[in-house]
Parts: sequence; structure tokens; C-alpha cells
Amino acid sequence: MPNSKNEQLIVLVEKMPAFPKSVQQVMQLTSDINASAKDIIRVIECDPVMTVKILKAINSSFYGLPQKITSVQRAVVHIGLNTIKNIALGVAAMGMLNADNKANFNTSNFLLHSLTTAAISKMLAERIGLPSTECGDCFVAGLLHDFGKAVFAEFMPDEFKLALEKSREQQLPLHQTELEFIGLNHSQAGKMLAEKWELSGPLIDAIAHHHNLAPSENVLRDCVFAANQISKHMQFGNGGNPMIEDFPESIVARFGSTLPAMCDALGDLQSIKTEAQSFINL
Amino acid sequence: MKIKFWGVRGSIATPGPNTVKYGGNTTCIEIRTDDNDLIILDAGTGIHALAQNLLKEMPIQAHIFITHTHWDHIQGLPFFIPIFIPNNHIKIYGGIDPVTNETINRALSVQLQYSFFPIREAQLNARIEYATVKPGVPVKVGSATITPIVLSHPVLNFGYRIDCDGQSVFFTGDYEPQLNIYDPQDDEYAEFQSFVDAKWKEVVLAMKDVDALIVDSSYTNEEYASKQGWGHGTYDSGIKLAIAAKAKKLFFTHHEPTRSDASLDAIYQNLLQNNPETDCELLLAQEGVDISL
Repeated sequence: MPNSKNEQLIVLVEKMPAFPKSVQQVMQLTSDINASAKDIIRVIECDPVMTVKILKAINSSFYGLPQKITSVQRAVVHIGLNTIKNIALGVAAMGMLNADNKANFNTSNFLLHSLTTAAISKMLAERIGLPSTECGDCFVAGLLHDFGKAVFAEFMPDEFKLALEKSREQQLPLHQTELEFIGLNHSQAGKMLAEKWELSGPLIDAIAHHHNLAPSENVLRDCVFAANQISKHMQFGNGGNPMIEDFPESIVARFGSTLPAMCDALGDLQSIKTEAQSFINL
Repeated sequence: MKIKFWGVRGSIATPGPNTVKYGGNTTCIEIRTDDNDLIILDAGTGIHALAQNLLKEMPIQAHIFITHTHWDHIQGLPFFIPIFIPNNHIKIYGGIDPVTNETINRALSVQLQYSFFPIREAQLNARIEYATVKPGVPVKVGSATITPIVLSHPVLNFGYRIDCDGQSVFFTGDYEPQLNIYDPQDDEYAEFQSFVDAKWKEVVLAMKDVDALIVDSSYTNEEYASKQGWGHGTYDSGIKLAIAAKAKKLFFTHHEPTRSDASLDAIYQNLLQNNPETDCELLLAQEGVDISL
């Protein structure tokens, strides 16, 4: 895809609205002077669009922070809740993401896939003993790993529809058919946007390489890779990709487990799905 | 370096018989380097009296650093008389608001509109310049170096550290040290606490070893119980910062608007009694007093 088209996409995404339930909740909670900070943060950090817009605003080079802000909670501690709340309100004022896009891409199922991947990614991070600060970053990476798909559905629905159909009909990885019809896949689109928004290096890498089977030093990426497969295996929502990858050796080594064994070890993840759904269903 | 408070009151100006001693103007602090460079922290109503005092020095070069754009920190800007007089050079510094993406020039331009003020921005005769400052990126004014840091408040707020002539001052602007919003039994508690601790260290480092620390101490602990999240500190949170940063003098400012001179005196006596061991000198910010470091 030519660069000018990429730049056009970047401009369009600026106006991308958030998911309906979070828009509604943010409107409601920000109109209530007694709303709890916890509730507000929870709604914001479960919406990929609100999360990226906050990380983008705070990590902008205008602030020149020596260290990137990598989660909504960190952003709140850094700058205060009210500023975060008002950025979210600004996003909410842009309207709601259309559930009936021309790509026939179900955004509720997409969000369920993203949210469960986020929660499982965090759970895996805790399992391998990452410090609690990094576990939160793994949630964010899981939430944002497929952000490019939401962008395609909204702004390139015709091409994305063809990619979805071919992937489904021929049981091909979606990132492969996206390349064919769009010229870049959702990992590449996500990477491009994340770089433009000056998000943290490990987060950009996790988004860019979440389908890569090669070994990675980036634990954030590995958590997202594994969580993505587990979420698909459990059939939590649907990100449009019918293909589930087995864990390559490096992932098995990282978590000490194959995909089926890990799914068994994690046990019943229904509560993760139920909680995620509470942020989706209107 | 010399410091003079021209406004010490928080939220709204409170003239009257009960605020004669400490003063009723909203935030404005004058800092003079040894070379007499003029640095002004915030432009609350106190800047009007400062302006009167500057008339004898015209033409002037003034560097006004705005901590944040809440009304009580900018409302004096249109009354800073040097902006109307040719040959003065006024430079106004501040951050970019992450919600509106507006730069600091809006703090003045928004006030100079037909409905609110009789003079238009284009009619100002002084040379007015605006500068965007970034956290952690120092700005030079003569021999002084001013370094901003983001401090939590309900709008983007910078604390400023001024290093000059071997001395240093730190002003928090309005600042409520972030508390953990989760309960100890919540899953998020530990993670959030680690962010709070990390930010605390960053803040203490920014004000480390200053000769004068000027903090927002709007509330007593009793008052704070019902004012968490309002964006202001307490006397005790100020003392905690000063001890951690090993500040030599601690000035409490942003006096709560209903606080009378008598109640400030009583609070001050209590602070001295309750903190007899601190190495830091505790002082209430008071309008019009010259302070040499």
C-alpha cells in the first residue's frame, strides 16, 4: 500500500469512535460526580479505542516523557484521573463504533476476542512470575493486538470483507488474505499506527509480531501470541481468523507447556468470558 | 535568588479583614535571580500588585511560567499592566493540554474576548511570546534553569524546579499526591501501588535538596477526608514531600479560601508542635514578604 494511503488511514483513525458499551458507560459515569475512579478506569481500560487514544495523548512527543506510559492505570497516576476521564469523554463524543459495518465484521465478537486475549495474556504473565507492573502491560498488548482489524472494518470494509471471506472459506490465516486484498495485514497496520502514536517499543513489537512463529525476546509478545491462540481455542468471541497456531518451541519453552496442555492447566476460563461480556453487551 | 509571594490563596481571591496578614490574592510568585532576571510563577490575582511594583523598572523582560490553566492561576494575566506598554517583553510558558491540544497562549487569548474584556489581544503593545514546555526538558532564563514535571491535578499541571546561582526552588502548582484508588483486597491494588510508588520517587527526585519547596497545602487531614480527588495536598503531605526530598525550607501555600489569618496561625502552631524534629524550616506563604535564600 502506498504511503499516502497509510497516511490517509492514520488521519481517518483519529476520528474512530469507541465501542458502544464503553461510550455509554463513560457518558454515564462522567455525568455522576460520585462515580468511583475504579469504575471509570475499568471501562476505559477495556476499550481498545479509548486505551490507544489515551496512550497516544500521553506518549506524544509534546510531553517528551523519558519513559513511555504503557497502561491506563499508569496514565492516571502520572497525570491525574480527570484528564484521563476527559480524554475518554472526548472519544465518547465522537459517537459509537458501528456494529453493522460493511465488512460484516462483528465488532462485539471482535471485542470479546480482544478482551479475553487481554485477560489471558495478563494471566499468563502472572503465571510466569512477571512483576505486577508488566502484567498490566500484557493486558494492554492483548487488548490492542488486533486493533488493525477494527481499523480495516471501519475504513477499508470492502477489501477487509474479501479477506475475511477468503480466510473463512479456504481456512487460511486472515493476516495472509489481508495482505492479498489490502496490501498490508492487521499486524502491519497496527504497528504503523502504534509507531505513529509513539507507544512503547515492546507494545509496538507485540502488535507487529503477534503472528510470528520465530522466537522473540519480548515477553509481552509471547504472552499475546499464546493468549491469542488460547482465546481462539476456547472460542471466546471471534477476531475473524479461523486458524489456531500450535505453540512453537520458543513459546512452549517460555510457558513450559503446549497449547492443549496450557488450556487444560488454566482450567475453566468461563469467568474471564463472562466478565469481558459485561463490558460489551448493551 | 529572592522569592516574593504576591498571591497565596487557592481557588478564589478573598480580600477582607480576615485575610490581611497572609493575603487574599490567588497564586503568583516572583523569583529574582542574582542578576535580577524576573521569573514569575503563575498569574493569579496577585500578579496585579506585582505589576504595579514593576512600573518603575520599565521596560521589563518577564518570564511567566504557568503551572496549569485553572482560573485562579491565570486570571491576573489581563491585568499584568506591562502587557499594554511598548518595549516590554513578556514570555509566557506552559504545557500543551492533552485533552484540548491547546497551547498556553489560550490562557490569555481566551480572556481577551469581547464578552469578557474590553481590549483585544491584537491591541497589546508589549512583545508577547509563548513557549511550550515539556516535562523533564529544562528551559534557560538568564542564569536560571527551570525544569517542569507533571504533577497530578484535575488538569495538566506542572511543578517547576528553578536552579540558579547555586540555589534552588521548587513550586508544585496545585498538586494532590496520587493515592491508591483500589482497596487492599482488590486485584489491582498491588499493581496500582507500584505505579504510585514509582511516581512518588520521580516527584521526590525532582525536588531533591531544594533550598525552598513551595507546596499546595490546601487542607488539613480532617478536611482532606472529604476532599480526596479534588487535586490538592495537605499540610502533612507537604511535610512528607519536604522530608523525603530533604528540602531546607517548606512554604505552605494555596491557602483554602475560607481560612482566616487566625485559623492559619493556629494551624501553623500545631504544625510546629507536631513536627519538632524536622530539619526543614516550616513556613506559611505570606504575601509581600521578601525572602532571600
